[in-house]
Amino acid sequence: MQMRTSVRPELVEGPVASLRQGFDKLSPSGKARPKPLLLHPLAKPILFVACLLPFTWLLYGAISSIYGVNTLGANPAETLIRANGDWTLRFLCATLAITPLRQWLKQPALARFRRMLGLFTFFYGCVHFLCYSWLDMGFALDDIVRDIAKRPFILVGTSALLLMTPLALTSFNRAIKALGAPRWQALHRTIYAIALLALLHFFWMRAGKHNFAEVAVYAAVIGVLLGWRAWGRLKPSRSSTP
Amino acid sequence: MHLLKDRGFVHRVASEITPRDLYVGRRELLRHFAAGAAGATLAAWASRDALAQAATPSRPNKLAALPGTRSAVAGAFTMEKPTAYADVTGYNNFYEFGTDKEDPARNAHTLKTRPWTVAIEGEVRKPKVYDLDELLKLGPMEERIYRLRCVEGWSMVIPWVGYSLSELIKRVEPTGNAKYVEFVTQADPKTMPFVGSRVLDWPYVEGLRMDEAMHPLALLAFGLYGEVLPNQNGAPVRMVLPWKYGFKSGKSIVKIRFVEKEPGTAWNKAARNEYGFYSNVNPNVDHPRWSQATERRIGEDGLFAKKRPTLMFNGYEAQVGQLYAGMDLKKYY
Repeated sequence: MQMRTSVRPELVEGPVASLRQGFDKLSPSGKARPKPLLLHPLAKPILFVACLLPFTWLLYGAISSIYGVNTLGANPAETLIRANGDWTLRFLCATLAITPLRQWLKQPALARFRRMLGLFTFFYGCVHFLCYSWLDMGFALDDIVRDIAKRPFILVGTSALLLMTPLALTSFNRAIKALGAPRWQALHRTIYAIALLALLHFFWMRAGKHNFAEVAVYAAVIGVLLGWRAWGRLKPSRSSTP
Repeated sequence: MHLLKDRGFVHRVASEITPRDLYVGRRELLRHFAAGAAGATLAAWASRDALAQAATPSRPNKLAALPGTRSAVAGAFTMEKPTAYADVTGYNNFYEFGTDKEDPARNAHTLKTRPWTVAIEGEVRKPKVYDLDELLKLGPMEERIYRLRCVEGWSMVIPWVGYSLSELIKRVEPTGNAKYVEFVTQADPKTMPFVGSRVLDWPYVEGLRMDEAMHPLALLAFGLYGEVLPNQNGAPVRMVLPWKYGFKSGKSIVKIRFVEKEPGTAWNKAARNEYGFYSNVNPNVDHPRWSQATERRIGEDGLFAKKRPTLMFNGYEAQVGQLYAGMDLKKYY
């Protein structure tokens, strides 16, 4: 950690950071700028703890409900399943927001946090699935498989989680090197499809009750984040230097 | 399939296995144990359930009293443990006050339940606008402890106070054309903040076939837990149909119409493939998005407990099964 701060920011995250051309704009000369707060050695540990707070709260609620103390409402199982799903979507939005924010706010150091947010998306997605298969399905494997096959909204959610798995497994630096940056990047673009599947899962889940207010919020956020990328693609020569 | 799985020794009503005087006697015996005849701790533990079941749940002392005598209608008094008052009144659906299950308790304080009238209209010889006070005196108040199964997969046990809807129906004398009963509920945007949201067509309308409405278990309810209904549970008067999913029981009713054609009901209009007109509790017919084979009893089934099997007609098959004899319940869900 100590060592890292003295290195040029674009090298801090190894190959991940160098994938993004925007980064190179920072300080081509390598001259030291005033050190941003985002590069503080404690920034990552603090973010890590913050990302764990929802999980800690829900775990505390689950454990205390065993002892008859109810912090999760009258139906703790439903609260656990839904809250973890909500947090998966929120982390997904946060992960997708890193690149646009990095460019809009001219804060290249934000890229340091993208991997952690992505992994927390996967983490909350796994806890969401675990809660569903445990609390809703009682770990009855045949019931779970039948449920996934029978219900499009479960199938879509499960697909999103399955598609996220290779991304989580190739998130470490050596995997990036082994795959080569272009292939790695192509693989990780799956996240756009995952975001749409997750949104569809949420939409279908709420559709039965015609309750789309929250779905609309997530749709707007994901729409902006993906739309911004699409816009960048359609408009060539945005970032290419003459 | 769930429906083929042997879920053990299931009986609709306890009296199918055990004669009444025998189980009453057993409770008596347990009380003797509790009095100290044998190992005090064990006896207290053993009798706890029996005592809880035999006694009428005590009033929470939150609202005006509305006492009822124990109902003699078959199936109207389940021996299961009533769900805590806080859960019954703090976790439910009442979309006029919001779509979260905590919303009704939070928002329903604005509902004005007096003055209140219920108009009886349509194919009846004696149409009439009843004042709430008239309705309260129309029949003797009974206490009935019903299971409630929500279409979402959770369930409760609730001690209601009211009388059979048939008492009212007999008085208004339906004509031969009255084939269905339509319940129209309050839809006042001034006191109900979510009326006007596009979630459902307002007012919330529900309906029954005439023979269903005449069934003694179809309860016109005015109270729960020995007190008048809290606003969030459908004050001042609502239906309770224990063999159907909860949403069939309209809350805060202002109009009861007797009609010839099947009325369009709120959820059926909103999602025809998900919510049928009958919506009888049926573990063999899944909701398109989840199984109806099992349920979670609020406040009772532990977080990690396996969900309990849902019973045909919510365990009221012995009482209401004949209403649907010969009907394809997969088609008429």
